[in-house]
Amino acid sequence: MAQKTRTAPAGTPTNVTQKHTKGGIGESTLRPDGTLKVTGEFAYSSDMWHEDMLWGQTLRSTVAHAEIENIDISEAVAMPGVYAVLTYDDLPAKTKNYGLEIQDTPVLAHGRVRHHGEPVALVAADHPETARRAAAKIKIDYRELPVVTDEASALAPDAPLIHEGRDDHHAGHVPHPNIVHRQPIIRGNADEAAKRADVIVRGEYTFGMQDQAFLGPESGLAVPAEDGGVDLYVATQWLHSDLQQIAPVLGLPPEKVRMTLSGVGGAFGGREDISMQIHACLLALRTGKPVKIVYNRFESFFGHVHRHPAKLSYEHGATRDGKLTHMKCKIVLDGGAYASASPAVVGNASSLSVGPYVVDDVDIEAIALYTNNPPCGAMRGFGAVQACFAYEAQMDKVAAKLGMDPVEFRQLNAMEQGSIMPTGQVVDSPAPVAELLRRVKARPMPPEQQWLVAGEEADVRALPGGLSNTTHGEGVVRGVGYAVGIKNVGFSEGFDDYSTARVRLEVINGEPVAMVHTAMAEVGQGGVTVHAQIARTELGVTQVTIHPADTQVGSAGSTSASRQTYMTGGAVKNTCEAVRAKALEIGRRKFGSYHPAWATAELLLEGGTVVTDGGEVLADLADVLEGEEIDVELEFRHRPTQAFDLVTGQGNGHVQYTFAAHRAVVEVDTELGLVKVVELATAQDVGKALNMLSVVGQIQGGTTQGLGVAVMEEIIVDPKTAKVRNPSFTDYLIPTILDTPTMPVDVLELADPNAPYGLRGLGEAPTLSSTPAVLAAIRAATGLELNKTPVRPEHLTGT
Amino acid sequence: MRVNFTVNGRKQEADDVWEGESLLYVLRERMGLPGSKNACEQGECGSCTVRLDGVPVCSCLVAAGQVEGREVVTVEGLADYAAHRTDAHPGAGCASGACGTSLDAAKQWQALPSNSGLRPRAQGSQTGEAGGLAPIQQAFIDAGAVQCGFCTPGLLVAADELLERNPEPSDADIREALSGNLCRCTGYEKILDAVRLAAARQEEAV
Repeated sequence: MAQKTRTAPAGTPTNVTQKHTKGGIGESTLRPDGTLKVTGEFAYSSDMWHEDMLWGQTLRSTVAHAEIENIDISEAVAMPGVYAVLTYDDLPAKTKNYGLEIQDTPVLAHGRVRHHGEPVALVAADHPETARRAAAKIKIDYRELPVVTDEASALAPDAPLIHEGRDDHHAGHVPHPNIVHRQPIIRGNADEAAKRADVIVRGEYTFGMQDQAFLGPESGLAVPAEDGGVDLYVATQWLHSDLQQIAPVLGLPPEKVRMTLSGVGGAFGGREDISMQIHACLLALRTGKPVKIVYNRFESFFGHVHRHPAKLSYEHGATRDGKLTHMKCKIVLDGGAYASASPAVVGNASSLSVGPYVVDDVDIEAIALYTNNPPCGAMRGFGAVQACFAYEAQMDKVAAKLGMDPVEFRQLNAMEQGSIMPTGQVVDSPAPVAELLRRVKARPMPPEQQWLVAGEEADVRALPGGLSNTTHGEGVVRGVGYAVGIKNVGFSEGFDDYSTARVRLEVINGEPVAMVHTAMAEVGQGGVTVHAQIARTELGVTQVTIHPADTQVGSAGSTSASRQTYMTGGAVKNTCEAVRAKALEIGRRKFGSYHPAWATAELLLEGGTVVTDGGEVLADLADVLEGEEIDVELEFRHRPTQAFDLVTGQGNGHVQYTFAAHRAVVEVDTELGLVKVVELATAQDVGKALNMLSVVGQIQGGTTQGLGVAVMEEIIVDPKTAKVRNPSFTDYLIPTILDTPTMPVDVLELADPNAPYGLRGLGEAPTLSSTPAVLAAIRAATGLELNKTPVRPEHLTGT
Repeated sequence: MRVNFTVNGRKQEADDVWEGESLLYVLRERMGLPGSKNACEQGECGSCTVRLDGVPVCSCLVAAGQVEGREVVTVEGLADYAAHRTDAHPGAGCASGACGTSLDAAKQWQALPSNSGLRPRAQGSQTGEAGGLAPIQQAFIDAGAVQCGFCTPGLLVAADELLERNPEPSDADIREALSGNLCRCTGYEKILDAVRLAAARQEEAV
């Protein structure tokens, strides 16, 4: 047979060398991994392969809340081709739980399951189908318990406690053990300020549970090592965070768990938490064979945390001349069965709940609940998304009540540099909120009735319902909506957020070559592209090699919170500066006696040479480095932040803010309730675009995820049983190319003086305001109130 | 069972194939061709799109036994396939001249916002490896249509088939042809750019 024989493990990520790719910062350099990705050679985590490899399978709970009375694995163990079946009793170490902040998540359920799809047992077999069939033969007796599914059932006097005997650091200050974390923010006096209001507007909003729906499924390969440790090749967002959680439950010292990033097929927050990592390692260590686990799409919906669904109650007041007087809000986030990132999401939702507006008097409370719903954690926008949906709906309502234009009303209240956040933090870099709104508003409108082509039949493809041919234009009305949002960049609330970069500069074949080694997870955002751009800019070389990301270098922190270009980009920049200083030192030593400028001038590395700031070439870098190798590893930190006060919410909690505005134009078939988003325009300030091609790609991608939640995306959890009803791409809908409109992008570059190159993190901001902009446009078209995402046809037709 | 078929122009046989195995599984796990991706394995996302006797199909929905004696082209063979097509039909295109987007219109594609100061690259690439790629592959790289890249192989196979069938597609044609391929990263704008760019370059080359 023609099956390829491969040595282990095929698809191990290789260095990406950028020989021919040119371009320093500010240029639209192409991806170094682009060729591999278009030819199918790029090794994603599900492509890993090892001779003699087994397949792992997880058995997951079919009920949301139950005591496990008995597990019978005998039939599964007896199946030919099955190498191991593991349950809670087989866990090797005293530590049996993991978690990002609170270690409350069992590796395998201990006696009780708390949500639908919780892992209960593991199988390793020689064929994936054998593993699936064996898992299906494991018999579990559940004694079902009442489910907690919302605020009322979680906080009822006799509510079952999701985690009894909590001893985490939030347990002491929360008013109920089923509240993971609570953050109030009190500033000024909202009740007093309300007396000055000429209009007061209240609203209740519901944000549905969104899924990251990255395309590359959770997957990876664990290979047992001779020293008793394990090598893990996996798709993740933060190798070192995984390592910290994996090693203790395996009972191994961290140096015996060696992790390498394999190709990541998207992340969007869904890979911040552990999925199959520990399970694959357990099976590999037990069987002594390499074990690959690849979730199918169904399992993927259970294998990662989702965006917190939320209920938000808001009150705003304003004077007749359009100035906001006060804001009160309560935000209830459903964190599901385990904490994941819920505490940090609470911090974001509360501190960003006012939006990019100046309101001096606020009374804010955000909480996250423990329930028996699927666990929720990080997703692009991280708590700021839900708040933006509500405050932007409120802005439209207040403007309408005052008879003002909604954009002018926003501009009148827009924050700017020097404004004060509800947390008391001063916004100390550009905050062009009014300008971003002006730009999206000033853009020419897309032509009306684009489905009409002179003298021809209507082109149904341009209509709501599209190729379904449900209308030729009758009953179709247009609406326009605006929204703007504020997002923090980086890890907040006093977290020691840092990134590490190692840079080596040497001469290879007569040419200076830089090697950049970080543990940054490239999840598609393009970090590998900009790291090489930074190295070229700082070191004046053409050739840059990006070393595979692994745990052999210090932590890069998470690829999330819009932080990687800022943080790991900053680390690469700083480390390159140190390398440059060493190169110049060597140059002075070798050639200093030949030219006085070595001692007196500011020297730069450019075009493979050492030059003075006046442009005079002093030496070839290759000659300077000949026989020498410079190798530097450094950590980079952003400026320190503070925890929010637990009573008042005051504190300089955030590193940097980032802003985006949207204008949505929609057409709605009011008879069938079908929506066509015609155009979704963005204006965003990115501080400094290191790579405009990537910047625009991120903005369009983020905008589309916001569009998705506006009109189609929602994980539906049965409120009676807490079971997930739609874990598939048939039933959980993400936008296709037919659902997605033209997305013009207008990029501002107002430098942040505190950030590397003045840049702003940018990946998340566009996800915030696109949802409320689309909702506002649908409201404008239909006159309906629409306080829930996603808007479904029945909400528009009243059926 | 044993399955005999042709993959990217080479005869292959797979032994011990279980009746329930999909073409996708055979390609990825038996042939060592992991380019076709396993994103949903239920025909919803198009990541595993291959051509079966020329027709784009979701290989996850094709039982391995169904490909007996047939020809499969995967993303790994796309460059060769496209090169062959050019050899066989130089100048193939829209004979009537009445179909699709005009060259001028296609050239107006913009990888970047008009205020960015950057202009579309008419030809060539910074990767320097243009020789081995199909035009649609190069266009995906140049237009920034590849981010995480997991949807890319399926999109490339589908887009290449579109351009073979309709060398001058309108935007609506492109959207219709690619509506079975989900992408979660790009928002599709740059994918549209890439297909427009490939079409424009194809016409320029004629």
